[in-house]
Amino acid sequence: MKRQNNKDLEKEISELDRVGFDTKGETERSGSFLVVDDKEEDWESREDSLVVLPISFAVKEYPWAGDLLFSLVDKDQDEWTKAVAGSKQLLGSFIYLKEGMKIESPVQTCFFLHNEGKTQVLHNIIVLEPNSELAIITGCATGNLVSLGRHIAVTETFIREGATLSFTMIHDWGAETVVYPRAAIKIGKNGFYTSNYIALTQVKKIQSNPIAYLSDGATAKFNSIIYGRPGSLIDMGARTILNGRDSSSEIMSRIVSKNSRIISKAYIEGSNKGTKGHTECNGLLLDANSSVYAIPELEAKNIDTELSHEASIGKIAGEQLNYLMSRGLDEDSAKSLLIRGFLEKGILGLPSKLQNRLNKIIEKATEKKSI
Amino acid sequence: MSENEVLLEIENLSVKVENKKLLQDIDLIIRKGEVHIIFGPNGSGKSTLVNTIMGLPDYEVTSGDIKFKGKSILNMNLTKRARLGIGLAYQLPPIVEGVPLDAFLKSIKKNDKSLDEMASQAHLKDYLTREVNVGFSGGERKRSELLQLLAQSPQLVMFDEPDSGVDLDNINLIVEIMGKLLQKDKTIRNRENSGIIVTHSGVILKQLHVNEGYVMVDGRLVCSGPPLDIFDQIKSHGFDKCIREARKNKKSKLTPG
Repeated sequence: MKRQNNKDLEKEISELDRVGFDTKGETERSGSFLVVDDKEEDWESREDSLVVLPISFAVKEYPWAGDLLFSLVDKDQDEWTKAVAGSKQLLGSFIYLKEGMKIESPVQTCFFLHNEGKTQVLHNIIVLEPNSELAIITGCATGNLVSLGRHIAVTETFIREGATLSFTMIHDWGAETVVYPRAAIKIGKNGFYTSNYIALTQVKKIQSNPIAYLSDGATAKFNSIIYGRPGSLIDMGARTILNGRDSSSEIMSRIVSKNSRIISKAYIEGSNKGTKGHTECNGLLLDANSSVYAIPELEAKNIDTELSHEASIGKIAGEQLNYLMSRGLDEDSAKSLLIRGFLEKGILGLPSKLQNRLNKIIEKATEKKSI
Repeated sequence: MSENEVLLEIENLSVKVENKKLLQDIDLIIRKGEVHIIFGPNGSGKSTLVNTIMGLPDYEVTSGDIKFKGKSILNMNLTKRARLGIGLAYQLPPIVEGVPLDAFLKSIKKNDKSLDEMASQAHLKDYLTREVNVGFSGGERKRSELLQLLAQSPQLVMFDEPDSGVDLDNINLIVEIMGKLLQKDKTIRNRENSGIIVTHSGVILKQLHVNEGYVMVDGRLVCSGPPLDIFDQIKSHGFDKCIREARKNKKSKLTPG
């Protein structure tokens, strides 16, 4: 499939490395998938064992893929899932890795709003067959001139027995964009799922609360790295249902709020023997108009579950700021370094190359002029 | 030495923190190339003095002046003072979570030496990617302070208890780096850097050339004199003799006893 003959679009696509989508071939990848507004623009897989397709193609080629749609997310869950269910167009990605295959280079996907006022309605399916291993980095962004937009997405992920998925999502939206991702993840026996969710730039509203269902011995880790900008409302978190024996989960968030409101929700249900769950929220308020609301919920349904939570929210420690300034940094440079360190510390469990890319993105978002 | 240019001049300085008077009528002149050492019991105000010179915000100067290179620095914040050439090795530096030591050093470095070279001098090469002071032992923290000062290259180097809680091996290394910061490799006449050392012990005196010693008691510099004489005096009589003399004269020259 060819891209539109549109120089602006080409240029903007070439700049999507800001959300981890590399079009210049500078980073290794195993596959790629790009949606612009309401159209799949480009996709590829560089591995025989890996399938990367538009979901509308996949449901024809792999009929079982169609059965997975709305098998984890309830289509009547809310108005946004209903919007996806009721959409005339089946738009989104299908990523499928075959049994036992371990791929080091990530699959990169990107959902891009290029034109003002567009609504993107997506349905994505990810399947990792038993004992396979994959990393996915997903960038969601608006074009340089786009402020108003709407991104609604249902993503259903199936991690089969012994499989491992590292999922990284980076958001970079316009000031008037509203975003409603709805995600559910089913993790098979001894499966492993890590999610790093990064939103560091302006957005009007993000509301996201993915849920993971864990089988015996499975692990889920959700890390959110949020920098709330003036006027943003970000309501996010995760829910983990520890159904399987000895399953465990962590829901961690690192939040910086500048004149924004951020709600950080975590729900962990321990329903079986030997289950462990922990949630932690660290918040940094940069001004008096900011708020961070941490809501940890723990529900123990088995006597042999261990669930815990901790939270700490406050301003930048004066002692640290003074310390850095007494070495010659001006106040903003010192704050920038501290904020960057605070956010970077939140990213966990990524391959080093991906970690380096994210560190660069965080470095840019926390430059002195951007804090 | 006495004809050398004055680097730091403190006149009649009084300081309070949270309405508590901690320093009273301090006078101190340090010329280029000189190193001064301040002894004194716990809580006597030694750290208060170096923290005040550095410009930490809680330290309120109620009278007097601090001049650095001839200009008053009282209205300058921490950043300005550091950029002017004042540096402090903290007694108890904070941990700075998330900030790797190498990133911090890069952001403050003011010389053309490589980070690796400086970190090797401080035996901290393997610590460059670690977060500043996180999980560092007492000795490692002290060395991390000195490494930061090596990068910052201040002209007035203040060491607040650089040897406290440090084992003998670390002390030798620490004194060696202090020597580098104080340009021990140059002849005394050619040294541009000056130092203030706050300490309880005299180990440092044996290895560094120190020009002047003081004892601080109750926020006053009550005695001054040759550092080794002062140290011997403290070893033999504790701080009592100096305190007695201070009560008699408020400020006096120590008569070695």
